[in-house]
Amino acid sequence: MSENRNTLSKQFLQFLPDNAVLTHNEDLHPYECDGLSAYRQVPLVVVIPETIEHIVRIVNICRKTNTPIVCRGAGTSVSGGALPLENGVLLSLAKFNRILNIDPVNRLACVQPGVRNLAISQATQSYGLYYAPDPSSQIACSIGGNVAENAGGVHCLKYGLTVHNILQLKIVTIEGELLTLGGSGLDGPGYDLLALLTGSEGMLGIIVEIVVKLLPVPECASVVLAAFDEIEHAGNAVTEIIASGIIPAGLEMMDRHATRAAEEYVHAGYPDNAAAILLCELDGIKEEVSAQISQVKDILLKHRAVQTRIAKDEVERQLLWAGRKGAFPAVVRLAPDYYCMDGTIPRRKLAFVLNRISELSEEYQLAIANVFHAGDGNLHPLILYDANKPGELHRSEELGGKILELCLEVGGTITGEHGVGVEKLNQMCVQFDTLELSQFHAIKHAFDPDELLNPGKAVPSLHRCAELGAMHVHEGKLPFPDIERF
Amino acid sequence: MQTSIDKLIKLTQPGQEADAILRKCVHCGFCNATCPTYQLLGDELDGPRGRIYLIKQALEGNAVTRKTQTHLDRCLNCLACETTCPSGVEYHRLLDIGRNWVDQHVQRSAYDNVRRKLLRGILPYKRRFHFLLSLGQMMSFILPDAVKRAIPARQIRSPWPDKQHQRKMLVLDGCVQPSLAPNINTATARVLAALGISLVKADKAGCCGAVSWHLSAPEEARVFMRQNIDAWWPFIEAGIEAIVMTASGCGSVVKEYGAYLADDKNYAQKARRVSELTKDISEILVNEDLSFFNNTIKNIGKPQRVAFHAPCTLQHGQKITGVVETILQQAGYELTHVPDAHLCCGSAGTYSILQKDLSQQLLINKLKSLENDHPDVIVTMNIGCLNHLASGANTKVLHVVELLEKGLRQGKSLN
Ligand SMILES: Cc1cc2nc3c(=O)[nH]c(=O)nc-3n(C[C@H](O)[C@H](O)[C@H](O)COP(=O)(O)OP(=O)(O)OC[C@H]3O[C@@H](n4cnc5c(N)ncnc54)[C@H](O)[C@@H]3O)c2cc1C
Ligand code: SF4
Ligand code: SF4
Repeated sequence: MSENRNTLSKQFLQFLPDNAVLTHNEDLHPYECDGLSAYRQVPLVVVIPETIEHIVRIVNICRKTNTPIVCRGAGTSVSGGALPLENGVLLSLAKFNRILNIDPVNRLACVQPGVRNLAISQATQSYGLYYAPDPSSQIACSIGGNVAENAGGVHCLKYGLTVHNILQLKIVTIEGELLTLGGSGLDGPGYDLLALLTGSEGMLGIIVEIVVKLLPVPECASVVLAAFDEIEHAGNAVTEIIASGIIPAGLEMMDRHATRAAEEYVHAGYPDNAAAILLCELDGIKEEVSAQISQVKDILLKHRAVQTRIAKDEVERQLLWAGRKGAFPAVVRLAPDYYCMDGTIPRRKLAFVLNRISELSEEYQLAIANVFHAGDGNLHPLILYDANKPGELHRSEELGGKILELCLEVGGTITGEHGVGVEKLNQMCVQFDTLELSQFHAIKHAFDPDELLNPGKAVPSLHRCAELGAMHVHEGKLPFPDIERF
Repeated sequence: MQTSIDKLIKLTQPGQEADAILRKCVHCGFCNATCPTYQLLGDELDGPRGRIYLIKQALEGNAVTRKTQTHLDRCLNCLACETTCPSGVEYHRLLDIGRNWVDQHVQRSAYDNVRRKLLRGILPYKRRFHFLLSLGQMMSFILPDAVKRAIPARQIRSPWPDKQHQRKMLVLDGCVQPSLAPNINTATARVLAALGISLVKADKAGCCGAVSWHLSAPEEARVFMRQNIDAWWPFIEAGIEAIVMTASGCGSVVKEYGAYLADDKNYAQKARRVSELTKDISEILVNEDLSFFNNTIKNIGKPQRVAFHAPCTLQHGQKITGVVETILQQAGYELTHVPDAHLCCGSAGTYSILQKDLSQQLLINKLKSLENDHPDVIVTMNIGCLNHLASGANTKVLHVVELLEKGLRQGKSLN
């Protein structure tokens, strides 16, 4: 293997500087994992290119030597999407961090893939514009990674996921070709390859440029916080808010554990004894917002909110969201490690699912904090464990698997926004049947016949599912086979 | 994050502390977003998450080489990462432990050793530094431009107010500041005098210990710390109200005396008391009535537009944010918009000397954002930043108290 490493790095060093080709173990270890540090693998080589030309040359070398490539944006994936391969090159896009063009008239920005999500909104703020999808990791995650994972966020309820907010992609294929997908209009002729690439987890091509849509910063945004003594009441309030026809810009729930951790991080004054809190944001023109806020407040009170509070100014509004957005890492204030799940469930099943989760938590003797994109039913149970205690990680994985299966049982899906990566491969077998999975493999082969782009991620091999199926899928049938699972 | 610290290391106090800190890090990568060196270099190894990982590797017993040392050396110790971290990872403590460990196990080049020893042997000593600086100022005509720019012009000392007030505070004179900008403390004394507070100095106090501490010489640093504690103790017993820091770099270290001397039987308690009493000058001013300054400014005419550079040791180290801005506004100044205010200017103690290229790049970026809105003056709260910024700025750079004091003087001459 070290021979492989040497020959590869020699070829890379012909056009990359020394500090852009890492081959020593000491340098490679910090790249061995992404935001899911429970899974680790030291890559063969790390390359840090700076131009598209560099990427094309890297791809050509890898194709000719049959070396797999794993892309890495900011390494914040929580499903192990950017987990390296032992025999593979880890291609970092961190140096592609420039905003190439802002077009305020057409409300577009052309950006390199390594640009941080939040940096786009900051750079376009002076034009009164912003980029709407806001994953909680937006301070750090890259737009390229967002496209690869079709990332969502707090404000996606109203403004859509990444796929709804991009217009064009440039990708480098495994053949070393530079392709442009999509256009500057909303629709184009032919198949929508732009949508296909979005969420493809680095398996179909390397994203090297992105044209994103920008939206005008709403004239007014207001957030109301409500505390509940019972999760069920909060769930009912969510259902009624949506049913009333209001489309909140964000509608989020945190349970007691998550709220407590977030409070310790930002000191936003979240109530610490509530069973759950809801954050509901409304945006638009002033009159509309204030009318809707009072309507929402009425609904919250009707469903027995024990406390409601409207952020008095922009600073407080930002603070209330900062706590929610930092909630994942903040939970380590409660336990040394967390394992983040990402299931989607029908909203009306929320109370049932949360009750089951708390039973499972008892059964496995592992605490769970829940953060919930309540508006769109995307649930993030955070299993709290201690990785230094032998067996705890394994128990958390098992419990995590149980939770995802619970999501499927109630008619949901196994991932809302974090992608499958390596973490949810088994659950993919449960969600899709052999035929569906074969179609996924066919698509992969059309782009990447030799399976060199992030192989082994996102879509499980049929073999793996066959082995697993024997254990899990009863009588070869999925629960609720008639429910559409996207 | 999972750890498996080397058994022997784990028996030591620093080993246990490092382990506890590492366990808190969840590898989310938020901190990379605000790290100045990650932004410039785009390598995980030059960001906080990577440095944390490098330290973890080292303490887990893996061989370390010059490579790890280089990435740790490039860290500015600006602690923007700590401000950003949602998990409360105490990066500065981990870095101290990691750097000490690595420096004990990796030989530096002779050139590097000499430079670091020279810095430790000159900067903390008032007289030695003063001598060299005076020499530089005298001989500046033969120096190359780049060096010349880094040497500030000689300041004429204005007098220390002599009226005694009932409220008394102690000020740290520091090591390089008395020579580079003696007027900062004088201005502080005059501003405080106007508020009815006498500022006193303890002649035997000197360097706060920061230089040695950050160059992996903790025991040498502790000697400075004990000296200061001894010099201040009689004043503390006499009931001074606070120990005032006019350089946020020193403040961030003195506030840690309690932690740094926790294992010293003779000094632990005193060190804790010193840390408790230590206040940045902004923490004092914000609690006083500054309308007096505002009125004098109003008399002078149009409000001056000021760009505030928040030193890292103030905003990230001491977590004092928005306070200086409040003071400036209360005193009648208009603040200009400064983008990326969380980023380091590249001064970072001895960094501007040891990591020149990175430091200069950060300086260029910082000046661009400070001068972006065309301020009349740039103000800051730390001598290191002040000098560094002044070496490249087209705008005058002052310490906040110098600006306030100037307002006082102008106000007086109008009356
Ligand atoms: C605390 C925390 C909170 C989070 N909150 C959210 C949330 O609210 N919503 C959400 O959707 N996600 C969330 N995430 C997950 C993660 O931030 C997103 O998946 C994000 O889109 C990943 O971006 P990245 O740049 O870090 O990509 P990486 O982690 O570096 O990579 C992720 C995947 O994308 C591929 N990839 C990266 N760049 C490219 C490229 N240029 N071309 C091709 N493939 C590429 C990689 O190969 C990998 O498969 C969170 C993560 C953390 C740690
Ligand atoms: S932000 Fe904190 S928890 Fe996250 S990687 Fe950085 S130090 Fe670790
Ligand atoms: S202290 Fe500053 S330079 Fe060092 S890792 Fe943290 S943010 Fe980066």
